[in-house]
Amino acid sequence: MFVMSKEVNTVMKISTIGRHARESIKSLSRNAWMTFASVSAVTVTLILVGVFFVLMMNLNTVAQTVEEDVQIRVHIDVAANKHDQDTLKAALQTIPEVKSVKFSSKEQELKELVKSMGEEGKAFKLFEQDNPLNDVFIVKTKKPTDTMKAASKIEKLNFVAKVKYGQDKVEKLFKFIKASRNVGVVLIIGLFFTAIFLISNTIKITIIARRREIKIMRLVGATNSFIRWPFFLEGLWLGILGSILPIILISIAYYRAFDYVNPKLEGTFIKILPFDPFMYQVAGILLLMGALIGVWGSLMSVRKFLKV
Amino acid sequence: MHNMFVILVRFEEINRKLSNKCYSTIIIWVIIMIEMQEVYKKYPNGVTAINGIDVRINQGEFVYVVGPSGAGKSTFIKMMYREEVPTSGTILMNGVNLAKLKMKKVPLYRRNIGVVFQDYKLLPTLTVYENVAFALEVIEAPQKYIKKRVMEVLDLVGLKHKARMLPNELSGGEQQRVSIARSIVNSPKVVIADEPTGNLDPETTWEIMKIFEEINNRGTTMVMATHNRDIVNTLKRRVIAIEGGKIVRDEQRGEYGYEN
Repeated sequence: MFVMSKEVNTVMKISTIGRHARESIKSLSRNAWMTFASVSAVTVTLILVGVFFVLMMNLNTVAQTVEEDVQIRVHIDVAANKHDQDTLKAALQTIPEVKSVKFSSKEQELKELVKSMGEEGKAFKLFEQDNPLNDVFIVKTKKPTDTMKAASKIEKLNFVAKVKYGQDKVEKLFKFIKASRNVGVVLIIGLFFTAIFLISNTIKITIIARRREIKIMRLVGATNSFIRWPFFLEGLWLGILGSILPIILISIAYYRAFDYVNPKLEGTFIKILPFDPFMYQVAGILLLMGALIGVWGSLMSVRKFLKV
Repeated sequence: MHNMFVILVRFEEINRKLSNKCYSTIIIWVIIMIEMQEVYKKYPNGVTAINGIDVRINQGEFVYVVGPSGAGKSTFIKMMYREEVPTSGTILMNGVNLAKLKMKKVPLYRRNIGVVFQDYKLLPTLTVYENVAFALEVIEAPQKYIKKRVMEVLDLVGLKHKARMLPNELSGGEQQRVSIARSIVNSPKVVIADEPTGNLDPETTWEIMKIFEEINNRGTTMVMATHNRDIVNTLKRRVIAIEGGKIVRDEQRGEYGYEN
């Protein structure tokens, strides 16, 4: 009997791993132009993906800060006179959670309403004669989580007609952010597959040149996984090499952008992510994506040559 | 089981033949290495390359496969190293049915045979040593063993001193010897050669044949497709002639039988 029962080693020997690594690196330098083409494909993709990712993550934080900036609108009873309003204001200010109280007259409110409705809002101008709106106190709380608590306390006060804390606006913003996030994800996935396609094509060209080698390997009894390993590693190196430039470029760009944008945002509630932990995360993600693209691309192209 | 049965039958046949010739009982152990039963091969393009072949080749035999171009010789050889699969029929290589061999097992099967080609099929970027060691690296043999074994077979083919050279620095005959070294480095039971001397001059051809004879003398079964009538007619061995996908002649110590 031939030695057919001896199964292929599942645990690879260290010398074999070394051989695969050597082979894959040799192949990179032997096909320098193809290496360059593949690495460029990964680089371009990852720059785009990286920029998208950075923008989206910042959009997310902005959304979060906006969420934290919810205000309470206290509608004042129409029956309240100037004096009553002052007492109410004083009462509002004594609530421990409250940070600030701002008065907005019903005329101001109507103007805002007309402005916010645009063309259609002009119809509301008729109400200027007989304004149905209330005067409003705009209350901000010290902590966003206190909003509900403060609102319920305010509701119990005299001359309070209605208490509103604009959930609908926040929800609208979140809808917008969610939509833009979906667009971003679709774009990133699209770019990802384009890069895999590009890589698998460039690697395919190097493999066609090495078809003979694969054929001979098969002839002397190499298993498919043995043949695949150097290509797997080659894809991995390509992906990692391709992610270096995007990581450097995006880091520098973000560093500069942060320095430029951050002082301008001072005083507003909007913040962008600080360089330190964020860029390391981005670098890690780009490296991982590069490796994934490279490996996937090379394994896809080698698959074809392993049949029969 | 199958093998044992056949062995017994052959054993009786031989004894009968021998006793007819008035020899005393001599025990000869015969193991069937290659056996084809009703093998047909039709390619997807409609060409029938093998049209019903039955043949047995015993362990230790040296067999020439001859026949005109396009007669099915190449397919016959290719089926032996499982490059082609028969459309129907059975091919038993030392008991392993190649017609039903699973894809996953093909690499394992190939480790038990050696194949030599007309165009050597060496890797131009590897040295002589690396080309031969390649066949052992692929099966993940220990480095120490690889070193010892590769030098052993390079010595056998007389190329020990050129181990560090690249294939294109060697002559055609030397390259073929490297390829032979690679084919036997796994200690295969069968060596299959497809026109191994097709590209070589007569003098080199004889050097190559001497190596094949040596390999055969050590007990390895040799199957060799050839167009070289001088070899066949001088080194008299079993000759299988294939024409139109069929075996038309099968003789011990046969002649080449064709005009070149």
